[in-house]
Amino acid sequence: MAHSRTLYRGPETRYRYSLMRIHEYQAKSLLTQFGILTPNGKVASTPKEARAAAAWIGGAVLVKAQIHAGGRGKAGGALKAASPAEAEEAASRLLGKRLVTGQTGPEGRVVRLVLVEEVLDVVRELYVGLTIDRSKAGLALLVAPRGGVDVEALASGRPDLVLEQTVFPSAGLLPAQAERAASALGLSGGAFDRAAELAAVLVRAFDTMNASLLEINPLVLTSDGRLVAADAKVEIDDNALPFHPMLRELRDPGEETPAEREAAAAGLSFVKLDGDIGCIVNGAGLAMATMDLIALAGGRPANFLDVGGGVSEEAVAKAFSLLSSDPGVRSALVNIFGGIVRCDLVVRGIVRSARENGCRVPVVMRLEGTNIDEARTLLSGSGLPFTLAPDMETAAREAVRLARTAGGPR
Amino acid sequence: MSILVDASTRVVVQGITGGEGTFHTQRMIEYGTTVAAGVTPRKGGTLHLGVPVFDTVAEAVRNEGVDASVIFVPAAYAPAALREAAEAGIRLIVCITEGIEVLYMVRIKELLRRTPALLVGPNTPGVISPGKAKLGIMPGPIHRPGPVGLVSRSGTLTYEAVNQLSLLGLGQSTAVGIGGDPIVGLSFVDVLALFEKDPETEAVVLIGEIGGTAEEEAAAFLRRGYSKPVAAYVAGLTAPPGRRMGHAGAIASGGQGTAAQKTALLEAAGARIVRNPAEIGKAVAAALAGKS
Repeated sequence: MAHSRTLYRGPETRYRYSLMRIHEYQAKSLLTQFGILTPNGKVASTPKEARAAAAWIGGAVLVKAQIHAGGRGKAGGALKAASPAEAEEAASRLLGKRLVTGQTGPEGRVVRLVLVEEVLDVVRELYVGLTIDRSKAGLALLVAPRGGVDVEALASGRPDLVLEQTVFPSAGLLPAQAERAASALGLSGGAFDRAAELAAVLVRAFDTMNASLLEINPLVLTSDGRLVAADAKVEIDDNALPFHPMLRELRDPGEETPAEREAAAAGLSFVKLDGDIGCIVNGAGLAMATMDLIALAGGRPANFLDVGGGVSEEAVAKAFSLLSSDPGVRSALVNIFGGIVRCDLVVRGIVRSARENGCRVPVVMRLEGTNIDEARTLLSGSGLPFTLAPDMETAAREAVRLARTAGGPR
Repeated sequence: MSILVDASTRVVVQGITGGEGTFHTQRMIEYGTTVAAGVTPRKGGTLHLGVPVFDTVAEAVRNEGVDASVIFVPAAYAPAALREAAEAGIRLIVCITEGIEVLYMVRIKELLRRTPALLVGPNTPGVISPGKAKLGIMPGPIHRPGPVGLVSRSGTLTYEAVNQLSLLGLGQSTAVGIGGDPIVGLSFVDVLALFEKDPETEAVVLIGEIGGTAEEEAAAFLRRGYSKPVAAYVAGLTAPPGRRMGHAGAIASGGQGTAAQKTALLEAAGARIVRNPAEIGKAVAAALAGKS
């Protein structure tokens, strides 16, 4: 089983690889196009629309908050409604409210859409997931005969119940692998055949959608023997988006903070954190090392910001204005080891931003590499009170000291 | 000696006439790398920076005997460029390009298993054997020839480590950036095995990052016995984990991928752990001096 496996997904996801998350209703709509069954349902943005959707579906419905985070069921983000009136009531309790789940962080997410769906006649709940296996350079197909919210607990408590198989997309899922998957789901008869076919279809869907994660949890076996995707999570490889405009349209900018949106538009890799030292660094590895240095010096970074290799002066200016406009930032640390990125370009961008928008926080810079001499000249001629540190450790210590001594409330 | 590249390496640059290709080819030539050919479709028969340009890699192999390739072509065409290089019989492919679709790389790895080609990258600064050859975009002047082998998933953090080593008078045998993408060619384990066999390399620096299991695999490899001292730093010890969605990743990764876990496993495997990224050079100096 799966315990020494490797994966695309991991704690670095937010720092190095960008994935586009999409909503459950969008994931289900994509899966439907591959012939995968999903519950009868409609999206609603107002309680009135939810009522109409429930009337159209008929009978009892589920009203599910659409946010880019899991754990919604446990957090009260999926409500049962016996009638259209109850569906309207349920929608009004979710829409416009902040939903905090185990995966959203304490700030939660504002619900702007709900999915109204038929309630399935559940015989059994199963688990099916696909992701990238990094060390095998293939896909990992995971199945388990018990689905629902506790599948991770199942994987650690009963690893024998979770079957992981490596699949190579050029060949697709081998017939023997499909049968093993159906067997591990504990199915027989017609449901066995349908599960084997579903597994093969999911591999094709994953490949076609350029997914990095495709998860159906639970996959429901109904009393009439159908296999229905009761929930679906899909994440798309950001690198595929330039070549797939149809996938790009699934992006929901409402799920991003204004700062994240601005950073993304400028081509910056930006993650807001909860400290008070703003960082501008080139390269994800050096940016993480800079965060480590700040922590070692007793401080806390306010963000992760990698300007990337092909950054422009405008993008650096944008990066700097993002930091200096954040009221939580009390000092800024710029750590650049110029390779492709030229030190003088970075200084030009920062000086420009500081002149145009002002600069209310002390700035410590550590510059090394390409065009360092030009950068030093620009800096000393700028008349701006920036500190130039000889190495990155000194820079981090100084930024931490300045954040401590900076006045004013956080 | 050194690993992967040396003074005899004959290089073809794929995408030589583009902006990035031109800029970095110039610097590779200045460094002393033998850039014997370039490839840009429809520019075959011309000279660029004094280098003969061909339409295809196969023609460059036939006419100039190139055995290594550096790829600068944009992400949209990079998979095709990788395939072309592998099929033309190139021994070492260094792919600088970032932003290649992950599922394309899965397919390229399937192809590479059937050819003798070694791939470094993608999304890598490249490979340099100081004083011999530079195949990539790293700043040449910070490097010095010497006994330290370096392998890293990062770009600029590698420059930082190299700079620390050089300032302490510790030169490098070869520095390899294996690439920051989810699916890459050579792994930490592959490069550690090459350094083990290289008589010039006396100590190795491994620079990892949170995520994936490349460091865990390196630790398992070192545990089986390694004849040279290894210093290791894993970036992101203090990085808060990302918000995640779904369970497949957590189940399949079995909770791995944190810097703390990687660091613990590398330490248990006998590596000298560096917790402060400003002290990578010092740790190597101590390892070489045999101090603990």
